[in-house]
Amino acid sequence: MHPITTTHYLILSAALLAIGAVGVLIRRNIIIMLMSIELILNAVNINLIAFSRHYQDVIGQVFAIFVITVAVAEAAVGLGILIALFRNKATVQADEVEILKW
Amino acid sequence: MPANFVPPSGVEYIRVLPEIILAAVATLIMVLEPLTPAPRKRALGYLALAGFAGALAGAAAAGWRTGPAFSGMLEVDGFATFFRLLVILAGLLVTLVSFPYLRREEAESGEYYALLLYSVAGQTIMVSAADLIVLFIGLEISSIASYVLAGYMRREKLANEAAAKYFLLGSFATAFLLYGIALIYGATGTTRLNGIAQVLSDPRMAPAGILTGTAVALMLVGFAFKISAAPFQVWAPDVYQGAPSPVAAFLAAGPKAAAFAVLLRVFMTAFAPLTGRWLAIMWSLSLLTMIVGNFAALLQTNIKRLLAYSSIAHAGYVLVAVTAHSEEGVQAAMFYLTVYVFMNIGAFAVVAYFSRKGERYVEIEDLAGLGVRQPVLAALFAVILLSLIGVPPTAGFLGKFYIFQAAVKADLLWLTVLGLLNSAVAAYYYLRLIVIMYMKEPGDSLLELPGMAVSTRAALWTSAAAVVVLGLFPALIR
Repeated sequence: MHPITTTHYLILSAALLAIGAVGVLIRRNIIIMLMSIELILNAVNINLIAFSRHYQDVIGQVFAIFVITVAVAEAAVGLGILIALFRNKATVQADEVEILKW
Repeated sequence: MPANFVPPSGVEYIRVLPEIILAAVATLIMVLEPLTPAPRKRALGYLALAGFAGALAGAAAAGWRTGPAFSGMLEVDGFATFFRLLVILAGLLVTLVSFPYLRREEAESGEYYALLLYSVAGQTIMVSAADLIVLFIGLEISSIASYVLAGYMRREKLANEAAAKYFLLGSFATAFLLYGIALIYGATGTTRLNGIAQVLSDPRMAPAGILTGTAVALMLVGFAFKISAAPFQVWAPDVYQGAPSPVAAFLAAGPKAAAFAVLLRVFMTAFAPLTGRWLAIMWSLSLLTMIVGNFAALLQTNIKRLLAYSSIAHAGYVLVAVTAHSEEGVQAAMFYLTVYVFMNIGAFAVVAYFSRKGERYVEIEDLAGLGVRQPVLAALFAVILLSLIGVPPTAGFLGKFYIFQAAVKADLLWLTVLGLLNSAVAAYYYLRLIVIMYMKEPGDSLLELPGMAVSTRAALWTSAAAVVVLGLFPALIR
């Protein structure tokens, strides 16, 4: 049997980062983009807790709790902004939001 | 409670006095908001103004008692005090510009002022952070409040769009920053900035290069977004155009200055042992930012977008100072950011006043004839524009001078030459504004131009005066 080491967690976290980043870049539904960002934040949490276990100290776990808290606040604000957008434009598709162009 | 818990001493509370005042006043405004009838909302604005003034005093008091606070999570030193005063002052000036703006748009409410206060509180935490955890929390307090502020006019499609873009790209960038922080914690086993520097500079403990390299790169992406450095600048013009003008002034001043403070602190302390590896990246980042900002600004017809690209270009100049990675470079960056905050708020104050209800007049051509109809206002605007170009004796000139001097001393000759060429390009689009103001016949846009409100006038005069005074007496803040 092979034990699960810190490296395994890092690979899982890197995979989540990649899935999240690709999700933000290729999906056009803003809610799914928001979920992809949450995925990256959870990849961060996995990293932090794996390292915390690796070093046998508590900083990483404390940090993860802060990340979770902030992620909730961010999601609340993000959904609020989306609702305001939806009321005015009735769409959550990023490519239909295009008054502002460079 | 763990056995080794030491309660913070009295002096540590004084060191976080500005944050305490800002957060307390903001919360008080939120409580009073539902109890205040609509015509009296302005009172909450005055309360916010008092809060900013109190926080300025608090930051000064904290500056007399420098040192660490809360088990070394915060480090209140001269650098932190400088930036605390700067971001609080930016908040105060923006509040002044907001008064007549919000009344005109019939959108005055307590939460606007509360959000401003919270955002500034986040920035003061950022600039005094000595630990990546606190840095992250400060950054998010500042950003989350700014996302809401950008979409404050929630019935305007433009504002909705600006807020949505700002939020999506902002949280995406923060996620990368966090991943970088997690990796650096993994590589070094600590989140303290000086602890990280210690581990990185010790060859016996040196962590894997690939891990630290990735971490630094990811964190740089996060910071580059916050300071709107190219190629992470695409959000800035859209957000500045869609957000209410006072908010655009705020976004280009406070959060940007605070993000630069954090960038300087992290890269000059924690990542100082890795200087050789991030220097080339910073070099290209600054050059690209200057070029993208200045050349895109040439093509703009909307004043807010033009100022947005100008703010990107100015971020590029400050990055030159960061690239110099010396004591002198840091001082040059601090001077430039101060001057920039004043120039930027002054310019956006003019836009906020001039645009009229619903921001109808925001095209460059709309300024035609302003020099004849409103000579004083046009003169103040011209002073600010000249400073943005960098014409002596304004502070904009000295700011650029210090930055390029630091760059030359750090042997960054090519960057200096290219930077100077860039500021020559910039002269074109700023001078065009002055030409249109003074040499074109007034059009429809100047009909029914109301008088400027006292508070906007105060903010504009302060900005223009600061630009001139700092240009003549730079020793005041250096």
